[in-house]
Amino acid sequence: MSSEQNISLQEQQFMHKIKAEEKIEPKDWMPEKYRKNLIRQISQHAHSEVIGMQPEGNFLTRAPSLRRKAILLSKIQDEAGHGLYLYSAAETLGITREEMIEALQSGQAKYASIFNYPALTWGDMGAIGWLVDGAAIVNQVSLQRTSYGPYSRGMIRICKEESFHQRQGYDIMLSLVNGTPAQKAMAQDSLNRFYWPALMMFGPHDSESAHSAKSMEWKIKRETNDDLRQKFIDQTASQIEFLGLEHPDKELKWNEERGHYDSGEIDWEEFHNVIAGNGHCNRQRLEHHIKAHEEGAWVREALAAYNAKKQANKAEAA
Amino acid sequence: MQDNALELFEVFIRSKRGLDHKHVGSLHSEDHAQALEYARDVYTRRSEGVSIWVVKSADICASQEDDAENFFDPNDDKPYRHATYYDLPDAVNNM
Amino acid sequence: MSDTIKDATLEYAIRLGDDANVLGHRISEWVSHGPFLEEDIAYANVALDYIGRARMFYGYASELANDGRTEDDFAYMRDDRQYRNLLLMEMPKEDFAYSQVRQLFIDIYYGLLLPELVKSKDDTLAAIAAKAIKETRYHLRRSRDWVLRLGDGTEESHRRTQRAVDSLWGYTHEMFEMDDTERLLVDSGIGVDITKLRDDWHRQVGSILTEATLNVPEDSWTVRGGRIGYHTENLGHLLTEMQFVHRSYPGCQW
Repeated sequence: MSSEQNISLQEQQFMHKIKAEEKIEPKDWMPEKYRKNLIRQISQHAHSEVIGMQPEGNFLTRAPSLRRKAILLSKIQDEAGHGLYLYSAAETLGITREEMIEALQSGQAKYASIFNYPALTWGDMGAIGWLVDGAAIVNQVSLQRTSYGPYSRGMIRICKEESFHQRQGYDIMLSLVNGTPAQKAMAQDSLNRFYWPALMMFGPHDSESAHSAKSMEWKIKRETNDDLRQKFIDQTASQIEFLGLEHPDKELKWNEERGHYDSGEIDWEEFHNVIAGNGHCNRQRLEHHIKAHEEGAWVREALAAYNAKKQANKAEAA
Repeated sequence: MQDNALELFEVFIRSKRGLDHKHVGSLHSEDHAQALEYARDVYTRRSEGVSIWVVKSADICASQEDDAENFFDPNDDKPYRHATYYDLPDAVNNM
Repeated sequence: MSDTIKDATLEYAIRLGDDANVLGHRISEWVSHGPFLEEDIAYANVALDYIGRARMFYGYASELANDGRTEDDFAYMRDDRQYRNLLLMEMPKEDFAYSQVRQLFIDIYYGLLLPELVKSKDDTLAAIAAKAIKETRYHLRRSRDWVLRLGDGTEESHRRTQRAVDSLWGYTHEMFEMDDTERLLVDSGIGVDITKLRDDWHRQVGSILTEATLNVPEDSWTVRGGRIGYHTENLGHLLTEMQFVHRSYPGCQW
């Protein structure tokens, strides 16, 4: 059998597994593009968790009560954990965490653009948990069925842990809307600033999405950007209403026929603008990450040196 | 820069007594002792475990996909190893 | 409980609460600044333990005060002149060596204090201590290992760690000093006689520093005052940040 036929046979077997909803596991043969596509998506997801620690970390030391501080801290800690699960999953594809971090810091790899928006008030801690995590969860629930085993298992774990993230955010909003007029105004302001960017988290329309078609075929992605976004719009409408806040989308209207809300168009110019580096925090987020990484270099070097000494002592003793 | 000095470890957790240790993911650390501590902090934040194993990823010897046929297929034709292979008379249950 | 004892116990709960609150805040400053992701997660656990401890001590203080003040009133509505934490707790986070050396000093301190506090005749304090002991045992494992690794790692890590030991040493003495309030509580079987823990602390710290190839400093300088609200300039900045939102919107529920 020639190697060409061999590959096509492998590819056939691979597609057979995908169609049969069997998971692809690390040691399995997979098309190079599938591997690359996965590395891109999983590492981007991991970077988003890690960069996502910053806007909330920014308010951790100003949390207005000890209870909220403990909750927020455990939430941010979860994000670090989720970043780690995802880096782990990506590492099974033959890339190291160092390589992924380098790609992030050089700007080669992306992270969710939502984190380039500034967190300015305590209300933003509510809006981020409720809307940003809420949008992320819609996507992640769908990704539990992704075709790559380690990614899928990571997602299942993450979804289990994240249910509290959205709730704690909504809970912050509830306290604010039930508080003083100033608190309620704070909640409305946060909703206004984070609603549209949260919708943008689902990415461009399906017709514009560069990676969508192949990702769907390989079952890396299980639902399209627009379908997931619709789900989020639908579920959020009643939540906004319950808070007694004004909906930021003035064109939002229930469509009986479709069984969904019709909504106003996203400002795609803003979307591309922030991705292009013109968000309030693009530079700051990366610089923060690079600074922490560089400041940690001597610690990591010390670990290596200590370990080397220990090994040498062991060898001497033996 | 010696980032690579931190080794990759696989983490296995026994969620409660009586169950097997189950693979939950991996992490980076300097040695086994530190890997155990980090496994506790990373993978049992919600009291998910009563016991943790950590193993250097490099020390795991895994069967290869290419070997799958040789490894596992030969057992596909030994149905007599499974209880369902045997039809018992109705008079005899609960075996 | 007599009024004098009750007042003293309230003061004691506030002191222990302030220690935990201020240190927990300092550790939380490390979030997203750690040397690698695993450490970020692990250190956050320590911060969570301390914030939890602060809530328990303040909660008890609120019960004893019985004047409507809540745990958050103790944390957010007092100025630095009213704060009673040890100075060591409020020192800035600085570099990783500094934070881990501070942590080691504190972990050994609590490793000695808490098993005594468990024996307190005050059931609430004893119960809080019983919970905290387990946390501290784990913290100590971490800080001890870090100091060993950093002290005996590279030239740079050794230099940074020695610098941290030298800069923090003078703030450790007040940990073992008592005033009349605490003496009264020791006599009543409620508080811990911390003067008796000093030698053990020095022995333990000394042995770890030596193993880490670090020098134990001479006792050439001492700063004290945390327990009477005479703080370093660091605490004011810490409280400014911590209390800003809470105080900007007075009387709100969060």
